[in-house]
Amino acid sequence: MTARDVESGPGGGPARGSKGRHAGPASGPFLAPARADGAEPAGGTGAPRGRRPSRVARLPGQLRAVISASPLGCLAGLILVGVAVFCFGGPLVYHPDLVHVHLALGNLSPRAGHLLGTDPDGLDELGLLMAGGQISLEVGVAAGVLAAVLGSLWGAVAGYLGGAADAIMMRVVDAGIAIPTLVLLLLVVSVFRPTTWVLMLAIAATSWLGTARLVRAEALTLRTRDYVQAVRAMGGTGSRVVLRHIAPNALGTITVNVSFQIANAILVLATLSFLNLGVQSPGSDWGDMIASGMQEIYNGYWWQIVPAGVAICLVVVAFTMLGDALRDRIGADD
Amino acid sequence: MTAYLARRVLQALVVLVVVTLIVYALLTRVPGSALGAVLGPHAASGFLPRYFSWLNQVLHGNLGFSLLHNEPVSTLLAASLPRTVALTGTAVLLALIVAIPVGMLQAVNKNKLVDHVLRALTLLCYGTPSFVLGSVLILVFAVKLKWFGGEGPQAPGFVGVITDWRDLTLPVLTLALLTIALFSRYLRSSAIDSLAQDYVRTARAKGAGERRVLRRHVLRNSLLPVVTLIGLTVPQILAGAVVVESIFNFQGMGYQLWYAAENHDFPVVLGFTLVIGVGVVAGSLLADVGYALLDPRVRYAGR
Repeated sequence: MTARDVESGPGGGPARGSKGRHAGPASGPFLAPARADGAEPAGGTGAPRGRRPSRVARLPGQLRAVISASPLGCLAGLILVGVAVFCFGGPLVYHPDLVHVHLALGNLSPRAGHLLGTDPDGLDELGLLMAGGQISLEVGVAAGVLAAVLGSLWGAVAGYLGGAADAIMMRVVDAGIAIPTLVLLLLVVSVFRPTTWVLMLAIAATSWLGTARLVRAEALTLRTRDYVQAVRAMGGTGSRVVLRHIAPNALGTITVNVSFQIANAILVLATLSFLNLGVQSPGSDWGDMIASGMQEIYNGYWWQIVPAGVAICLVVVAFTMLGDALRDRIGADD
Repeated sequence: MTAYLARRVLQALVVLVVVTLIVYALLTRVPGSALGAVLGPHAASGFLPRYFSWLNQVLHGNLGFSLLHNEPVSTLLAASLPRTVALTGTAVLLALIVAIPVGMLQAVNKNKLVDHVLRALTLLCYGTPSFVLGSVLILVFAVKLKWFGGEGPQAPGFVGVITDWRDLTLPVLTLALLTIALFSRYLRSSAIDSLAQDYVRTARAKGAGERRVLRRHVLRNSLLPVVTLIGLTVPQILAGAVVVESIFNFQGMGYQLWYAAENHDFPVVLGFTLVIGVGVVAGSLLADVGYALLDPRVRYAGR
């Protein structure tokens, strides 16, 4: 995770968050209706808008603007929506038996009726791919968001307090980063039985450290700003400054980081499951599918490994690309 | 310089103490009296006195006793550490040999087709989990083509690992592809930075050929971050080793850690976690100190 953090870190643009909030790809379109409601738009920027008849007619133009602004980000978004529809919508139309073991139907290669073949227990791989994706996405997104929130709060508080408290809080982060996330997680799941909730909390609890560093760097510059001083002078409490002023202004950095955190959480969950320490049976995620495929790998049953592998890659790369695109948008502001 | 080094070493020591505190706190929580086995029957009571006597034991090489292997954790460590060093060392070396030219190529052809293709490829390697990469490599090169072995080298020791190239190829390749993906992003941007420097313009202005400019000026200066890069990617490489070693049944530190976690052998899990933590802290210290030693600008600024 560190590499991704450093990449998106202070080098990516400290103190840009405050401006970044208003610099999203949609800022133009959002402003437009407000002006159209009011008086005749004045100035050069108003002229092209005046010619456009309605919001609906403008939509393709806006879409084109967003796509041309960050084609990769849009591609990533499309991939993610596609995968989500596949995992959550797919089971509504395609419902193979994922409960009963049919050893006679085990290890079938892809064919009509089993488009992606079957696993050693005779369960349909396509159905497993959908069901497994639900667990991967749910736990991954929840853990990623939770990690980003935890890290943001820790970093914002450390950066705001400064001094000895900051030093102590950041040494804790340094020490946590010194132990690789996967190693910490192996420890946690060997002590607690890894249910879905334990996995989600454990992944969040071990991966918030990078976010804390980023947000602290941002908070250090934000706390010297005049408006923070003004809040303090008016008697605003520390928690108000952190929650209402520092955290929202670091939102740009945090949003980018959420995307990377989710990619990481999905990857980590799949890795844990692959090592038999993640989602426990009868539940199964993409990592589990590859783990069970590995048992038959010397028979060359590629269909038990490749589809789940492609799915993981697709989602992780898409979230990473989305994060990159968001960072470019926010960083491009100044 | 000395002051900078002293401050940096002190900081690393503080982090190390916190790492030992984390491991110790976990050790007091796990079932099976893993801590009691280290401390012995006549240990002091209380959190801190017990911490110090545990630390004393650890500093004397007593990491506890494996419940599963029926031997001291340190014996297990002595057997598996050289194997992991052989695996990760070979992988990092291979990664550097590939990633440095790739980064240069991307920087020279910035935003052209070559750059985009290589970026997409490294992003793919970056997003591909090591276990997917490993199993696909086994599927293709060990099962279908039968070029290499699907299991890691089984001979003991450092020499036993690196001489068995047929079995070593796939694990090293898996880990190296992962590391290339980590490295090339930095090497590309570092080479782009170097290309934009005044000394490159000067070199071109005095009539140096493109090849000479690249080799003598750009390459040399973009090699500086490599030291930092290796130091800072130690955690990812070690985490990658856990997965790669478990896929290829390669008995190194990562494999033992995974095996111990799966079988609730807490003394091994915690002992190895501690050693890995020390390795990572040493890596980041090396990164900073190495950079300061190599780059005069950092050296003088730190004074």
